[in-house]
Amino acid sequence: MLYALCFLLFTIGLYCAVTKKNMVKIVIGIMVMEYAVNLFLIMLGYRMGGVAPIIGRSDLESGLGGFVNKSVDPLPQALVLTAIVISLGSLALMISICVRTYEKYGTFDITQIRRLKG
Amino acid sequence: MSVPLPVFVAIPLVTAFLLPVFAKRGKAVATVLANLATISLLVLAIASIGQSRVYEVGRWSIPLGINLVLDGLSSLLLLAISVVSTAAMFFSIRYMEQYTARAKYLSLFLLMVAGMNGVVLSGDIFNLFVFLEIASLASYALVGFGCGHEELEASFKYMVLGSIGSIFILFAVALVYGNTGSLNMAYISEAIQSNGLNPGLTFALGLFIVGFGLKAALVPFHAWLPDAHPSAPAPISAMLSGILIKTLGVYALARVVFNIFGISLATGWLLLTFGIVGMLVGAFMAFGQWDLKRLLAYSSISQVGYVMLGIGLGGLIIAKDGNLAWASLAILGGLFHLLNHAVYKSLLFLTSGSIQMSTGTRQLREMGGLAEKLPVTRATCTVASAAIAGIPPFSGFWSKLILVIASVQAGYYWVAAIIVFVSLCTLIMYLKVQRYVFLGELPENLQEITENRGSMLVAMVSLACLCVLMGLLLTPGLRASIFAPAVKVLVDGVSYSANVIGM
Amino acid sequence: MKGMTIIVKTISSWVKVLIFLFGIYIILFGHLTPGGGFAGGVILASSYVLLMLAFGREFAEENLSLPLASKLDCAGALLFAAVALCGLLYGAAGFFWNFIHQKYLMGTDYEFNLVSAGTIPLSNIAIGLKVGASLFLVILTLSMCCKDFKPGSTENEKE
Repeated sequence: MLYALCFLLFTIGLYCAVTKKNMVKIVIGIMVMEYAVNLFLIMLGYRMGGVAPIIGRSDLESGLGGFVNKSVDPLPQALVLTAIVISLGSLALMISICVRTYEKYGTFDITQIRRLKG
Repeated sequence: MSVPLPVFVAIPLVTAFLLPVFAKRGKAVATVLANLATISLLVLAIASIGQSRVYEVGRWSIPLGINLVLDGLSSLLLLAISVVSTAAMFFSIRYMEQYTARAKYLSLFLLMVAGMNGVVLSGDIFNLFVFLEIASLASYALVGFGCGHEELEASFKYMVLGSIGSIFILFAVALVYGNTGSLNMAYISEAIQSNGLNPGLTFALGLFIVGFGLKAALVPFHAWLPDAHPSAPAPISAMLSGILIKTLGVYALARVVFNIFGISLATGWLLLTFGIVGMLVGAFMAFGQWDLKRLLAYSSISQVGYVMLGIGLGGLIIAKDGNLAWASLAILGGLFHLLNHAVYKSLLFLTSGSIQMSTGTRQLREMGGLAEKLPVTRATCTVASAAIAGIPPFSGFWSKLILVIASVQAGYYWVAAIIVFVSLCTLIMYLKVQRYVFLGELPENLQEITENRGSMLVAMVSLACLCVLMGLLLTPGLRASIFAPAVKVLVDGVSYSANVIGM
Repeated sequence: MKGMTIIVKTISSWVKVLIFLFGIYIILFGHLTPGGGFAGGVILASSYVLLMLAFGREFAEENLSLPLASKLDCAGALLFAAVALCGLLYGAAGFFWNFIHQKYLMGTDYEFNLVSAGTIPLSNIAIGLKVGASLFLVILTLSMCCKDFKPGSTENEKE
């Protein structure tokens, strides 16, 4: 069920990125897609009532087996962190290109920014 | 000599971040450093041909840590990347004098090389995504490097489609992780073999094909390529067309489809169809172009179609339990064409850069009669055109011949007919280039132009020599050491996992 | 940009120090508590962004000039690579091999101390430097929004 919501968010982002005419809205659509995927990754590793996957002193003393049984999966969290860093980079680049394009063309409307054809 | 595999990523990455430090000391230092980096990569890539090994990063054993895998296919791609990047880097010593911010350009260039080397070596599917993003981000920035109207527009288009492709790939990685519980390609492949494909994994395969297809500009997803590749500075066009679409698209797609999911009838047909449609559409669209670099970009779509056709045909024969000899011949043709195309398409883009630098235009109608003014450019361009059209002694002929033989032997006569037909179209399209650029009347305003000197000529001539000599790679000894391991990786398919885990 | 009122300026000049300190804490304790190089780096950059908002861009640039920030950026990346390469060179073991941990800490009663994770805090510091400087650069260049600005800041450092 929750996964379906994630997918819905993904399709909303895709719809926005594909149909909108404004460059900034396209960028927002792409970011919505990105976050839908991040959410999906986090939910993959989530476990109802789980604990954070950080080993404390008490966990070491009581044996790691119990800890492993109740902690959430840390790997998707690492993946999401990396994906966020990457999306930050691409977001910065996209926004800077939007800004530069606005300076050149004086508009954010992609229907008016079409010098390249063919 | 066995080099630690991370060195292939570390050299360009470290150099990329060293360059801005030296930017103040003058351009010369930065340029020399960057060239040293690409040349050392070339040496290392040649040294690592024919080797195969697994490297565990940080000494974490395979299922726990990240691993890098060098096998036949990776070393072939490493060779292609380093040949093209060395030539393009050498070319840009002279060519980039018209642009400012050279240190930034060189840094981005090296980052792109680092990303591509990482994609090729990665044995971990998420790491593949990360390196793919590093290479793509650098290429988005490089396409928009000129900061003119068209560059920015092309860069934005490329970036939107490229980002959507990357997100599809990330989504597929998440689905694969959710369904198999592993990110290591070998372990994923093993899990799929033992449990079979479920709907989630099939969906992930579809997402992978769309995502990598967007990166490779396969035909329904090719809209960005004819804008992005011409807008970049010429050496970058050479890198993008010559090698980036193949590394991020074709290589990654082949790796995922053959080695992780295992080739099936449906995916085999799909790859073959992508190849054929790409060949035809690219060739037809290229006819109508009057912008030199745009014509070359459409021709790239058509040529990547050949590579996909070879790989897809091989996969189809394997999936049908056909004769493995013809399957490996088809894949050999595809991979040889990949290597050939990397060399001659980057050469064509370099010559177009040379023409543009001399004449200041890319429009075919505004040129003419340049044969006397630019003799070396003309000679190299003719060699490359002959190679791409498949005139016998040159490299392109041999790879197309192999593809034709493979498809005839396997009984796909119509595929052979299409290969020959598109080859003819390519010939006509490059005759058009020759006719309008080098023959005919010299326009008034181009009377004063001179040939470019220095590094540009060296880069072009050495690539042209490669074009002539590449046919020699098919002699038995070289073929056994370069192509045979690469073909074997794809033909063996899912036994990749057993090989990697066993190594 | 002239900056905001005196109240905002005074408060933010105090808060800025605290935020900066908090960023350093997050980086240094990255291996023990949630956080680490990336999160800490973002906090470091945000302290400068606060300055930029309160006092105007010129003031923030005086504090941390553009060339210096890009040098820090590169230094962070190079430090990160150096840590990784040390693992490779130290006894020819492996790229990113945690040599401090394996050579000096194994077998001692080191768990949960500040110095308990070998090279990880070093990498965290490198990433923090890199992320902080590059995020600051991105925001600074975007706020300039005009001439001599190149797109292509490259903070695709792997976490």
